[in-house]
Amino acid sequence: MRKGILPGFGLGLGYVCAYLGLMVLLPLAALVWKAYGIGASELLQLLSSPRTFAALRLSFAGAFASALVNVVAGLLVGWVLVRYRFPGRRVLDAAVDLPFALPTAVAGIALTALYAPNGWIGQYLKPLGIQIAYTPLGVLVAMTFVGFPFVVRTLQPVLESLDHGVEEAAHTLGATRAQAFRRVILPTLTPALLTGFALALARAVGEYGSVIFIAGNIPMRSEIAPLLIVEKLEQFNYAGASAMAVVMLGFSLLLLLLLSLLQRRSARWQEAAA
Amino acid sequence: MNAIAAIRPASTRHAIARGLLIVPALAFMALFLLLPLAVVFVEAFKQGIAAYWSSIVQPEAVAAIKLTLLVAAIAVPLNLVFGVAAAWVMARFEFRGKNLLGALIDLPFSVSPVIAGLIYVLLFGAQGWFGPWLDAHGLKIIFAVPGLVLATIFITLPFVARELIPLMQSQGSEEEEAARVLGANGLQMFFRVTLPNIRWALLYGVLLCNARAMGEFGAVSVVSGHIRGLTTTLPLEVEMRYNEYNYMGAFAVASLLALLALLTLVVKTILEWRFREELPAHTSVH
Repeated sequence: MRKGILPGFGLGLGYVCAYLGLMVLLPLAALVWKAYGIGASELLQLLSSPRTFAALRLSFAGAFASALVNVVAGLLVGWVLVRYRFPGRRVLDAAVDLPFALPTAVAGIALTALYAPNGWIGQYLKPLGIQIAYTPLGVLVAMTFVGFPFVVRTLQPVLESLDHGVEEAAHTLGATRAQAFRRVILPTLTPALLTGFALALARAVGEYGSVIFIAGNIPMRSEIAPLLIVEKLEQFNYAGASAMAVVMLGFSLLLLLLLSLLQRRSARWQEAAA
Repeated sequence: MNAIAAIRPASTRHAIARGLLIVPALAFMALFLLLPLAVVFVEAFKQGIAAYWSSIVQPEAVAAIKLTLLVAAIAVPLNLVFGVAAAWVMARFEFRGKNLLGALIDLPFSVSPVIAGLIYVLLFGAQGWFGPWLDAHGLKIIFAVPGLVLATIFITLPFVARELIPLMQSQGSEEEEAARVLGANGLQMFFRVTLPNIRWALLYGVLLCNARAMGEFGAVSVVSGHIRGLTTTLPLEVEMRYNEYNYMGAFAVASLLALLALLTLVVKTILEWRFREELPAHTSVH
């Protein structure tokens, strides 16, 4: 780019850095500083209390499971939306973004109304001995809801650009539909599926609003980490809250790093294929 | 290619495979996306329209609506200006640390809403860095409106920048350089060339930013203190009514937010259909 013709670089960069510094870096620094001040041994002690450990485990394991469910459901829905034409397809395509648009508190009470033992869906599951609301299953349902759009939306552009020639060549060479899918299509989709998985995981780990209503928040059983952070804050236990927050923030940053590596790799991979 | 695949004469096996995929996909979406939306409106109108109406014109609900609009009216314009500035810098110049800056802009999306609230409590709360100073000067940020605004700005910071950066990168800078060579000053170039080129993507980003700003729950919940009529936004009012076992009232307020979500989706879809070329190529993920 030719230097000097376009104005506003110094002013723009200065403004952007100042805004990010004040709004993002300074507050995050306060958290890291607070956790640093606690000291390593006490930090470990805070985190290893059974209730804290159980909450962190539920948030991470639940988020992981919900992201797996979303990979399968997202692949199915993405495939159907891109490959088939049927009445109402465009409306459904728009509806995929509903979990992004619907405020989490609204999603939370709506899911609870559906899955509570006397709810629209819950009343039919109750005779079967299945209870979703107020159990870890409820946490999984809410996390799956908020993470759903990520896999579909990362997959769609890749599915749209999929080369039918390669697929047809596989058929011509005698591959069955299942073989063509597994050997030809799935490998092409893998980077997008992994990206969608990581995005859904990142969202679900920190999710609060949609989970707390349906979870029932029973300590050691259905209490997620963000809720325990809020509880510790309400008891003015800033050290305990910060310790948990730093672990979750560290995980998010690690995931972000993995994501950018993944995207760089898949971009290189696509260049090589083209 | 897709259109050809779609109208390709289908064999019976094709039709079966098609059905086996479409039916579960539709069932999943109906069960998981449409039913939660339906239940909000059914529960809200369970006791009739009159009860619904009286529930949403109660003083604390009206105060919550006003506060929600106020918070969005401050946070969204600030993030709009930031988004345009960030996109200008990121898409028009090369400099050291550009990748790092891009990652920082996206960072709030990967921070849990609860942590977004917590960090402001650690800064401005009674025990926070600036707590004693604020206290001495009679200023209140946490458990007051400024805290709600700060937490909302943090959560919605990336939306506008995220839409504009890829679009401006793909558009290139030739038109702007031409305007400069022909003698336009910086402001003329911006308002006559840059802004018209990005207006629909800008509207798209503002739309998503606003939806999140008005619907944010976790971050504002931490800094709000839940003082009714003073620091409760609409999502917090939903929570408080629900916890008081006022389910109909909670769903009535929730239905307002659900309407906002539907309106957002409709406008977003219209923008995507009508101005596909003037939006960034990626389908938005955040």
